Amino acid sequence: MAVLQFREALLQAIDEEMERDESVFIMGEEVAEYNGAYKVTEGLLDKYGFKRVIDTPISELGFSGIGVGAAMKGLRPIVEFMTFNFAVLAADQILNHASKVRYMLGGQASVPIVFRGPNASAGQLAATHSVAYDSMYAHFPGLVVIYPSEPDDAKGLLKSAIRCEDPVIFMESEQMYGMKGEVSEEKDYIIPIGKAKVKREGGDVTVVASGKMYHVAKKAAEVLAKEGVEMELIDPRTIKPLDMETIIQSVKKTNRCVIVDEAHPYGGMAAEAGFLIQREAFDYLDAPVRRVTLPDAHAPFAKNLFDLWLPDAKKVIDAVNAVTYRN
Amino acid sequence: MSKNKHEAVFAPIGLNYDNNGKVEKSVDLPPVTKKKHKSLGLSEDDVVTMFRQMYLQRRFEERAMQMYQKGKFGGFLHLYIGQEAISTGTVFALNERDDIITAYRDHGWGLVRGITANEGMAELFGKATGCSKGKGGSMHFAKTENHFWGGHGIVGGHIPIAAGLAFANKYKGNGEISCCFFGDGAVDQGSLHETLNMAQLWKLPCIFVVENNGYSMGTAAHRHTVGEIYERANGYGMKNALFNGMDAFTVYENMKKIADDVRENSIPYFIEVRTYRYRGHSMSDPQKYRTKQELEEYQKTDPVERIKSYILDEKILKQEEVETIQEEIEQEVLDAIDFAEESPFPEPEELYEDMFAGTPYFHDRQ
Repeated sequence: MAVLQFREALLQAIDEEMERDESVFIMGEEVAEYNGAYKVTEGLLDKYGFKRVIDTPISELGFSGIGVGAAMKGLRPIVEFMTFNFAVLAADQILNHASKVRYMLGGQASVPIVFRGPNASAGQLAATHSVAYDSMYAHFPGLVVIYPSEPDDAKGLLKSAIRCEDPVIFMESEQMYGMKGEVSEEKDYIIPIGKAKVKREGGDVTVVASGKMYHVAKKAAEVLAKEGVEMELIDPRTIKPLDMETIIQSVKKTNRCVIVDEAHPYGGMAAEAGFLIQREAFDYLDAPVRRVTLPDAHAPFAKNLFDLWLPDAKKVIDAVNAVTYRN
Repeated sequence: MSKNKHEAVFAPIGLNYDNNGKVEKSVDLPPVTKKKHKSLGLSEDDVVTMFRQMYLQRRFEERAMQMYQKGKFGGFLHLYIGQEAISTGTVFALNERDDIITAYRDHGWGLVRGITANEGMAELFGKATGCSKGKGGSMHFAKTENHFWGGHGIVGGHIPIAAGLAFANKYKGNGEISCCFFGDGAVDQGSLHETLNMAQLWKLPCIFVVENNGYSMGTAAHRHTVGEIYERANGYGMKNALFNGMDAFTVYENMKKIADDVRENSIPYFIEVRTYRYRGHSMSDPQKYRTKQELEEYQKTDPVERIKSYILDEKILKQEEVETIQEEIEQEVLDAIDFAEESPFPEPEELYEDMFAGTPYFHDRQ
């Protein structure tokens, strides 16, 4: 195992896939000469040149559509958004075109494209720069949504995403790019899409958390362990397909579940997983499923309000205490 | 209407409210080419094929309209009638492997790019034998093996996709170019402007063609957009042209020259082709925004009649031979209706087919 930053793991995945397959290219704002707004693409321009590493203007709708067209004609674009908060401008291309073209044309085209970049909040950036979009994209048929939490997952899943024959939304976090972790040195390291990972075993409560929220839940697990509560922590890694089998299996063991989701509460991943748990494991539940999400309010700038807004370990602990009737 | 001159008025006032009795044309047609087929490099056979293709598009849609009115199928139906010279002149000017992509007024484009009358009519009927297996309907005709990439329903949505096709062609160095067609309504979309900027910046071999038929649905061109449409390309330093779209020879002559330039120099091009839509925007359009006189003015320049007269005047075919062609095409369209009616609807399992090129996944499929 090598210890890599999250951004280095992503870079390795992109580099290996670009080396393996001439049809893979990357485009986005600041990806080439600037070496990436968050340095994920550092060095790629020097290695692959201006044909395959392309700086775009700030035209999310336009360059996303160019990516979709290029994918239809046989290329494998990686489209980087500086954040998925800006991808809202490209929603027509992602939701109306990338996900639907194949179906509407009766299977006559495919769109093997990866849209990637940081998702959700990154400190005090106020309301338009702080939204978690994974559940929103997961709502739409035809899109794969990946939101890894650790460098190893990031590398193996990004390689899978680039090889996927269909459009993939691959989400990262500004606050995780510098995070270090062990990454497999296996040659051509691939993690299959749609497989959750039980990252901590425990018998008292199942906690489901992906992306940045995984680390919040992990912190809560450490505190709870000192109090004798053993959390089973599941990182779905892919939001869609969502590996409900692994989650249900765990809930049947622990009989209690908390879902941590950095989306707003209405219709998020937590709502969906919670519904499926009650349907599939109703008789196994010793307490109603709880969720920890953002409130139904926008991200505030003020530090004190922002801290109230974002889910933290304390909120996870409170939820675990509720489902284990410890409060 | 209030006569208070201080009252705010936004879009220019339309015909319904300000009709002084004269025929106001929504588009001015530039002159047509004076060249005859030989000097354009077209054989007599080519001219006859052009006529056949145009007549097929015309009769296919006239019959489709009847079937729609009889309630044989639902959805939207946007007719291309009046604009057939553009599709026909273009396919003659392009290579077979050049990409064509268009908006939802797409039947004519499909037919000239190899969708059979059977496949087209069956698609309108939502049958499994349709060109898009009955999953796209009127707005999503496609035949990608012939480099016809559809039929797209979001106004302006396919414009960046066209540039993406051109990007891939340039990336692969395959010598193919892309050609994107859209209506005058689409020129107001941001997607066009973002795409024109990048296409020029990246020198993408793509021809962007506005089929200005005078109306963005029910809003006349001068009421929805400012200035001359083709001149917008100047803002991007992009080569541009304006020509008449009611004459297949004029379209062919201009498109050939432009396609050669685009292919040879790997550049984008912006074109405004002036044409006229005879029918409403879709089948539910009462067309109160234009006068009958205006429509009649344009019908005098009908592209199908024009090429037919040319064939007779130049003695390429005799009257009886033209009539035979017309009868053959009429039969082809009637047969297509039978084919569509007799074809099966898609099987229920088809609901889940063609969603994924790779591993299929359906959340909570019961």
